[in-house]
Amino acid sequence: MVEPRPRAARAAHGGGTLLSAGEPVVWLMAAGLGLALAMIAGLLAMILWNGGATFWPRALVEVSTSDGRVHLGEVSRHERYRPTPEIYARLDPEVRDRAEHDAAAHEGTLGRTLLRTANYDLTGTHFTWIDDFEIEEGGRSEPEWGVTIERLEWGRFYGTPTRAVEQGRTVAEGTEDTWAWFEEVHPRLRSLWRQKRSLETHDVGRVNHELESARLELREAELREGVPPEWIGAWGELQRARQGGSAEEIADAEARVDRIENAGFVPTQAFREAVAEFESREAAGRERFAEIVGEVESLSQRMDGFEVVMRTADGTEAPLEVADIVRAIPQNRLGIVGRLGVYLSRWIEFLVDDPREANSEGGVFPAIFGTVAMTLIMTIAVVPFGVLAALYLREYAKAGPMISAVRIAVNNLAGVPSIVFGVFGLGFFCYVVGASIDELLFEAKLPNPTYGKGGLLWASLTLALLTLPVVIVATEEALAAVPRSMREGSYACGASKWQTIRRIVLPRAMPGIMTGAILAMARGAGEVAPLMLVGAVKLAPELAVDATAPYVHPDRSFMHLGFHIYDLGFQSQNSEAAKPMVFTTTLLLIILIMLLNVIAVWLRTRLRRRFAGSQF
Amino acid sequence: MGHADVAKPPSLNASTTETKMFSNPTPSQSEIRLDLAAIAAGEPVEAVIHEEVASEESILEIDRFALHYGSFKALHDISMSVPKGKITALIGPSGCGKSTLLRSVNRLNDLIDGVRVDGDMRLSGDSIYGRDVDVIELRKRMGMVFQKSNPFPMSIYENVVYALRIDGQRNRRVLDEVCERSLRAAALWDEVKDRLHESALGMSGGQQQRLCIARAVAAEPEVLLMDEPCSALDPIATQKIEELMDSLVPHYSVLIVTHNMQQAARSSHYTAYMVLGRLIEYGPTQRIFQNPKLPETEDYITGRFG
Ligand SMILES: Nc1ncnc2c1ncn2[C@@H]1O[C@H](COP(=O)(O)OP(=O)(O)O)[C@@H](O)[C@H]1O
Ligand SMILES: [Mg+2]
Repeated sequence: MVEPRPRAARAAHGGGTLLSAGEPVVWLMAAGLGLALAMIAGLLAMILWNGGATFWPRALVEVSTSDGRVHLGEVSRHERYRPTPEIYARLDPEVRDRAEHDAAAHEGTLGRTLLRTANYDLTGTHFTWIDDFEIEEGGRSEPEWGVTIERLEWGRFYGTPTRAVEQGRTVAEGTEDTWAWFEEVHPRLRSLWRQKRSLETHDVGRVNHELESARLELREAELREGVPPEWIGAWGELQRARQGGSAEEIADAEARVDRIENAGFVPTQAFREAVAEFESREAAGRERFAEIVGEVESLSQRMDGFEVVMRTADGTEAPLEVADIVRAIPQNRLGIVGRLGVYLSRWIEFLVDDPREANSEGGVFPAIFGTVAMTLIMTIAVVPFGVLAALYLREYAKAGPMISAVRIAVNNLAGVPSIVFGVFGLGFFCYVVGASIDELLFEAKLPNPTYGKGGLLWASLTLALLTLPVVIVATEEALAAVPRSMREGSYACGASKWQTIRRIVLPRAMPGIMTGAILAMARGAGEVAPLMLVGAVKLAPELAVDATAPYVHPDRSFMHLGFHIYDLGFQSQNSEAAKPMVFTTTLLLIILIMLLNVIAVWLRTRLRRRFAGSQF
Repeated sequence: MGHADVAKPPSLNASTTETKMFSNPTPSQSEIRLDLAAIAAGEPVEAVIHEEVASEESILEIDRFALHYGSFKALHDISMSVPKGKITALIGPSGCGKSTLLRSVNRLNDLIDGVRVDGDMRLSGDSIYGRDVDVIELRKRMGMVFQKSNPFPMSIYENVVYALRIDGQRNRRVLDEVCERSLRAAALWDEVKDRLHESALGMSGGQQQRLCIARAVAAEPEVLLMDEPCSALDPIATQKIEELMDSLVPHYSVLIVTHNMQQAARSSHYTAYMVLGRLIEYGPTQRIFQNPKLPETEDYITGRFG
């Protein structure tokens, strides 16, 4: 029996120091996590604050400056800057006093306000910097009738309604009467305008589509019959002559067609029928087109000539077409509920409308659609592909240097810059696969490419390639984690390898595979660089799914929120106005990715529940 | 139980074993003494097989079977015949190759890289290791229950009819009938009949093991292989499974590995004692436990081994 060692003997060896207890390591870990959390929270808070505030109607302020000018606008931000000394020399004594006072109070810096003054059509600028010292004593107010007008063109207008004009006649004067008149006529004119827009886009679009498909069918017939190009040229001239030429020209063109036909080429009966069919379809199309133009004109007549005359802060009067006004907001008169209403209606417009004004106004619906569609197609493409590859690697391939090399290559694929994938997608999918598809199936449309250019499908496949390593690695891990005992149990029941994989291994690995899919989705939805090469564009109001046959158009270019952010932030002419939209769009993108993820996580949880359970 | 600590690989302390064996003479009726050190060194050893075994009709014949894991020889020339409609227990110290032998019967060892076998086995006369044997067809004629219960991540019902499902059986009536019969055979029917379509993973450990037995008997196997089916269960669950085993014979033939002497003594008809990859003694359970021919066997079953 060994004597128990006295306690003191151990304590003397310093077994209880801080280090041995691991405390400092725990602090380090906590600090690391804290830092990561703080960064994420900070980023989210910034995006949420900036993005969420964009649509809030802030007060319209009127500022009189010492140079006698008056500005009306929304305060965009306030900042302090360090002036050059010369600036004081140019100022009036009184103003200089104010400036020096301001500087003295703030360590030599001057304050200035960025005022969104809008009225770009009148002033040529959207924003104005106003130094604090320029503002007259009491020269800052919030006029009751400061009204924001959101228009289809030229951006916003800030002013006070003064007069209402119908077809050149003044029908109301004074701010309140004018406003009452505006509220009465605006909804009616807007609904006319919507009808007109629908005619101009949908109906005209349908006619164009019909004409295009008639042309394509004729072209297909030409290709089928091997019609010589001279005949096509001469026949085209004849068509043009018939549409607006003199009798002589028509006779001339007919004679040329005859000559070619006599010289050898005689169109078959079938081809003549195709031509007749085309002529009748084209005539019908043109007729419908003329009808639409007539309708549009009559609508225009009913809505034109309604003008609200606005007076700007400096006294200029500007007549604005009521039909072109999206929304007029007397923001200084609105209470919190009224502002909330404006806020919500702007969000709704943002979510469901098409963009206008170089994307800096209006909505981003096509971009939302494009992002979601692309992410889904990508996921549908990458998951089966990645799972099959991982299954082969993990279950069938014989372990060896070859497989290790493949694994390393797959992992390295994850480190290749995404733009390289874009280049590959463009070179392979668009120019090789797409061009071949065009030659086989869309010959009649050539030389205009159908699939031989960037589009939703190719972008999705490019991103599928980009996210493939994520899925392969996650799936391999999930497969490796399926307990051996389960496979053996299945084999012992007489199952083949494939049956074991399909019935036991895959279902067991499914939550892990879903994790891979979620990671791939998050990675793919936020990717922008490769998209610029394979189909994302600045403006693509035509969605990939619509009412024209064949209803699904994966060949079309598309808008993407990520690309939209880049476009707004770096390509926009009115970058100050676009900046808040950058944050709002970022917010939307983050929410969208989060939603997609939440759905996938929910699916995974449901799957997991099937495998959960007490073991003993 | 006290056997677990005794059952260490004897090769590690062969010399002490030797001295101990000779210094503690046991009331054995046999004068033959095995030299375990010599066995470990590779000496051939002839198994003592009681003549009662020969009088039984056999379902499984093991014929000079040997197995290597890479360069390690885990089984040495084992020959024994497993009687039909009886329970045969494999006992022996840990690492002596009981599981290996059991897993060789349905060729589960094929899945392990580097396994090499010699000799053959025959199931009802059909070669198991022959050239043109369809392993999958072969496994369909056997059932296996593992040491740790391994229900599949699916419903209780699907677990039981798994073997039929992989054979493409779709007929609901057949499936239902097999499910009920198997669950009854595994004494589980009354406990789960109301939740057949719930996940099997929500059951208790003992229920899971009985589910695995139901799964193993669902396809009417010719032999049921059980590898320490009770080692992870509490005494009550163990007792249930022992009772269940009694009810399986003579309909099924059972080959069971067990670490638990009482279990082997209580529930088996024949017992085989293995050491170091060799079969040492094989005979009726009663004889092995009360009147073994070899002193080593007696040492082991009385807990004096080691
Ligand atoms: N997959 C394997 N690879 C190599 N050696 C193994 C493997 N499985 C078992 N062994 C060895 O074979 C011997 C017998 O093992 P096993 O049959 O599991 O013993 P038991 O079931 O009797 O305890 C042991 O020495 C063990 O280390
Ligand atoms: Mg074992």
